[in-house]
Amino acid sequence: MRKGMFYGLLFTAPAILGFAIFTLGPMIASLVLSLTDYNVFKEQTAFVGLDNFTRLFSGEDELFYKSLGITFYFVVLRVPAVILLSFGIALLLNLNVKGRAIFRTIIYLPSIVPAVASAMIWMWLLNPDLGLINSLLSRLHLPTSNWLYGEGSVIPSVVLTTLWGIGSTVIIFLAGLSGIPRQYYEAIEVDGGGWFRKLSHVTVPMVTPTIFFNTIMTIIGSFQVFNEAYILTQGGPNNQSLFYVFYLWRTGFRDAEMGYASALAWILFIIILFFTFIVFRTSKSWVYYEGGDRT
Amino acid sequence: MFIIPFVWLIRSSLMNLSQIFTMPPEWIPRPFQWSNFHKALTVLPFDVFFKNTLIIVVTVLVGTVITSSIGAFGFSRIQWKGRDTVFAILMTSMMLPAAVTIIPSFLGWQMMGLYDTLYPLIVPAYFGGGIFNIFLLRQFYLTIPRDFDEAAFVDGANYWQIYTRIIFPLSRSAIIVVALFSFLASWNDFMGPLIYLKSDSLFTLALGLQMFQGTYTAQWDLLMAASATVVLPCVIVFLAGQRYFLEGITLTGLKG
Repeated sequence: MRKGMFYGLLFTAPAILGFAIFTLGPMIASLVLSLTDYNVFKEQTAFVGLDNFTRLFSGEDELFYKSLGITFYFVVLRVPAVILLSFGIALLLNLNVKGRAIFRTIIYLPSIVPAVASAMIWMWLLNPDLGLINSLLSRLHLPTSNWLYGEGSVIPSVVLTTLWGIGSTVIIFLAGLSGIPRQYYEAIEVDGGGWFRKLSHVTVPMVTPTIFFNTIMTIIGSFQVFNEAYILTQGGPNNQSLFYVFYLWRTGFRDAEMGYASALAWILFIIILFFTFIVFRTSKSWVYYEGGDRT
Repeated sequence: MFIIPFVWLIRSSLMNLSQIFTMPPEWIPRPFQWSNFHKALTVLPFDVFFKNTLIIVVTVLVGTVITSSIGAFGFSRIQWKGRDTVFAILMTSMMLPAAVTIIPSFLGWQMMGLYDTLYPLIVPAYFGGGIFNIFLLRQFYLTIPRDFDEAAFVDGANYWQIYTRIIFPLSRSAIIVVALFSFLASWNDFMGPLIYLKSDSLFTLALGLQMFQGTYTAQWDLLMAASATVVLPCVIVFLAGQRYFLEGITLTGLKG
């Protein structure tokens, strides 16, 4: 089928070219840049080998370790929160209640709100003096918080604002839930099992592929958080929300140290690959594929 | 819990400053301060921001729909050697953090003299339209029976005619999903414009809003009115296409 080859390549040419120009090329260029001291403000650029990487790991750049730690903390807080909350909401929405479509829409709506606008809403809701949340807390005689302005509370507060946008994760869980055959539940009913048995013996095992997919996507997304860092906190207070990609952006585009920033980017890439790989490896023991196909 | 921030946004955008901060909080504006919108949108050139955003959104949408559907056709309805390998390689770009490519891409556009123009935000959409969209459409095309193509071949049609006359019209709902995703992604994009645009006259709504926030920090009534204006089109587009939208996401979430 020679004709097939020609037309196949013709139709896919824009995508293949796009991959070469906007992904593969920049990736190679970024690797090369990470081995130089390229700075927009400097006249000359030199090949410095692994200097950028040694500088990063030697501890000379405290902000590197700091931003890495902050980002890890964020990922560790956010991933379980997103997965548990969206799974819980999906379970509720999967019940046969009236107005299910309306609830689905309401849950999904926040995730289409532009980051700047949602950040502005949250900055205000969380405003320590004027915000709705603190005013409600104090009316209920509960302790208030400085939220985004507190060194200890800033990361949990950012996690909280991102939880507003879990709609797409919920929808993917709903897709997984709707694929579970009814007979499995009926079998448990026949045996006299209640909702907990259904949940632990059917629902959870059957949605493990979806949990797996959502976990990977949430990890990848959480490591790359930028908009929130830029709009909500600008890394503050006192660098306590200096997210990794925000630090990278600042190094590359504000301080113009593009070689060094490229090294930062590659380290992030390797970290994300590593964690994705770990989740893939462990998935063999907990992800259940129907048909028993555990490769 | 998911609705309250919206309600809060809308009610605040229609109040004057003193009513916004009344304790305990009030939910109904008295009177409705419609002038907030006029004030908020005229202190900065939001009409210019809106025009720029519209240019980007429309051109990106057209590019995305055309090239992603053509690509998906090539990856699903035509048999060729190495097809699935090539597709798998392209899929890996979904795992790649944007941070890795952003600096060389920026430098590339700058070298071509296109920094501080809208081109870096538009042109990539004409090269494949995003692998996620190709993936989504490919899944859809694979469900269309092969007999349709065979019958058309017998009648003397070529691949281009099969694509334009059969596959594209049949996949209207999937195309709408791609168009919606594309609209929302470019309307909401913040990092792209932040990196590639410098002149105020090229700013998008997202950047304009951020600039507004910096300038009028204490004017919460105006900030909320401006935010509401940026959110509203997204909500309208979403509500108009939500039937397809939720289906589309469901479609992509199946395989773990």
